[in-house]
Amino acid sequence: MSLISLSHISKIYQSGEVEVKALDDISFEVEKGEFVAIMGPSGSGKSTLMHILGLLDRPTSGKYLLEDMDTSKFSDEELAKIRNKKIGFVFQFFNLLPRTTALRNVMIPMIYGGVKPQEREKKARQLLEAVGLGKRIYHTSAQLSGGEQQRVAIARALTMNPAIILADEPTGNIATNQAQEVMKIFQKLNKEGHTIVLITHEPDIAEYAKRIIRLKDGRIIEDKINGRQRKIPNSKHQIPNKSKIQISKFKTF
Amino acid sequence: MDFLKFMEFKELFSESLITFKTNKVRTGLAALGVVIGIASVIALLSLGQASQRLIESQIEALGSNLLIVIPGRVTRGGVRGMVGGATTLTYEDAKAIASSSKITTVQKVSPGYSRNAQVTAGKNNTNTQIYGVTPAYFSVRKVDIEKGTMISQKDVEAMARVAVLGPQVVSDLFGEGANPLGETIRINKIAFKVIGITKSKGGTGFFNQDDRVFIPLTTAQKLVFGVDYLSTISIEVSNKESISQAQDQIGYFLLERHRLTDPTAADFQIMSQEDILNTASQVTQTFTYLLAGIAAISLLVGGIGIMNIMLVTVTERTREIGLRKALGATKKIITTQFLAEAVIITFFGGVLGILLGVGIFGVLAKIMDLPFVISPSSIILAFGVSTAVGILFGWYPAQKAAKLQPIEALRYE
Repeated sequence: MSLISLSHISKIYQSGEVEVKALDDISFEVEKGEFVAIMGPSGSGKSTLMHILGLLDRPTSGKYLLEDMDTSKFSDEELAKIRNKKIGFVFQFFNLLPRTTALRNVMIPMIYGGVKPQEREKKARQLLEAVGLGKRIYHTSAQLSGGEQQRVAIARALTMNPAIILADEPTGNIATNQAQEVMKIFQKLNKEGHTIVLITHEPDIAEYAKRIIRLKDGRIIEDKINGRQRKIPNSKHQIPNKSKIQISKFKTF
Repeated sequence: MDFLKFMEFKELFSESLITFKTNKVRTGLAALGVVIGIASVIALLSLGQASQRLIESQIEALGSNLLIVIPGRVTRGGVRGMVGGATTLTYEDAKAIASSSKITTVQKVSPGYSRNAQVTAGKNNTNTQIYGVTPAYFSVRKVDIEKGTMISQKDVEAMARVAVLGPQVVSDLFGEGANPLGETIRINKIAFKVIGITKSKGGTGFFNQDDRVFIPLTTAQKLVFGVDYLSTISIEVSNKESISQAQDQIGYFLLERHRLTDPTAADFQIMSQEDILNTASQVTQTFTYLLAGIAAISLLVGGIGIMNIMLVTVTERTREIGLRKALGATKKIITTQFLAEAVIITFFGGVLGILLGVGIFGVLAKIMDLPFVISPSSIILAFGVSTAVGILFGWYPAQKAAKLQPIEALRYE
């Protein structure tokens, strides 16, 4: 079984008269232990794909199996619980709670997950230690640099031992040298067995991943593992349709 | 409690505290609305209850074996007059009640006529209640003499121009602590010799029992006011158990004397202490509820303030709510969190409001000479109401927060 299996996923936004296909018949699989980078220019649908993978949004059509569970069958409340247990998010803008210590930020998912208080604190300390912030656990986000904040966010993503870590442009808002540090942490986590899906538009960041999926206009145009081209399953459209491109451009406005 | 299943109380509390610290002024102002609301409810409710208690204790002090006969209403040509307006109750009625062999339960009968008049002594003057009484009044109504003597039966028969003063009148006319025995006062320009002073009984304003002048009944009726009827007959019944029997005996006796056959057409009313107490309680209770009702409006306004602040908070924290949902917070958790914030504000607003309200009432009680009694029920009520205000006005904002879609909320700038 695959960890993630997407088949024929489409997402259509209705804005007035115009239908915008943010995702158009996407199918791919992610195995346990993979490190996948999803690349594409802005408006290519990679953020929408990330929201669907993260169970923050539902596809218009298609099937998304996470650990062989059909995610379309779950209610919003059940999805919240699955996000808590199975998915670790790392956002572009860190999204730490303001005026809250690093330690507390890391503990939030465990509070929602019903982990016992003593265990919560122990685990949060361990994880902050692991991302190199052992001495800054009582600092609030305002007292941390961008790179440090992102490392807190990574620690937070790991608290519930998720099946998959979803990182959306994790280096988009931090200095280059800190970005490398953050990417090394991801690489290390992958070596330890974590499955990581990374979304980025920077080629040098994507280089850290073993597999690169390129999106354009809501479709997969390339899927390479360690530099080797992979067959794109069920791809009906090999050549982008001109009119579709124009419609997609509405999205960027 | 059910919501504790979703998130421990301690966590909710510390999360809320972080928010409050961030918006100290705003949280303080929101709480202030509740503080003022609860404080006014407590202060006014206590004020009402204290006046009620004061009036009740004064009525109770009359004695439980007292009956008061007052003139009824006169209906002339279809126009109904007010109670007490009839002029049919006379000194002769009182004497007949006292001497009748049909009435077995009565001990003492005190006929009286009272009216306000201007009283002068030298250059000073005051407007006070003039009581035309017989000696029986002092024992029936438990008025004791501090100095001098009381009105005697002889004074009544001779229509003597003598007066017994209440301590308030003494200090108004002669100054505090003066000895006016033997001095002359004028009531409606008629000179009276002061022969006694009553002991202080207390009471304030309308119920001040010390602001009175007692003169012989006959003098009051014929000399001062020129009337031949009574305003009350106070009757001491031999014991508490025979109150209703006495009420019946006197009632039928007076009907017969006034040549009336239908009890519903009676031109008098007989009231026991209990009747007076009930009437007074009804009035003061209405008054108390009215005050509390006014105060409740300010509490409502305070609640709307809370709702307003919570709505602003929800909008401001849209991204945070989105993040929390992404991290696994369910609708219930988000609802509980925002509801808890509202309830914590109103609860502590309630605590402060109770303290402030008790303080305000303490000052008022001191100024108005009222008993300082806070009923535990009003404190419990205040706690309950302030918490309920939090839940009521926090519910809508909390629901709004919980219904946000995680993706919309995360995108929100």
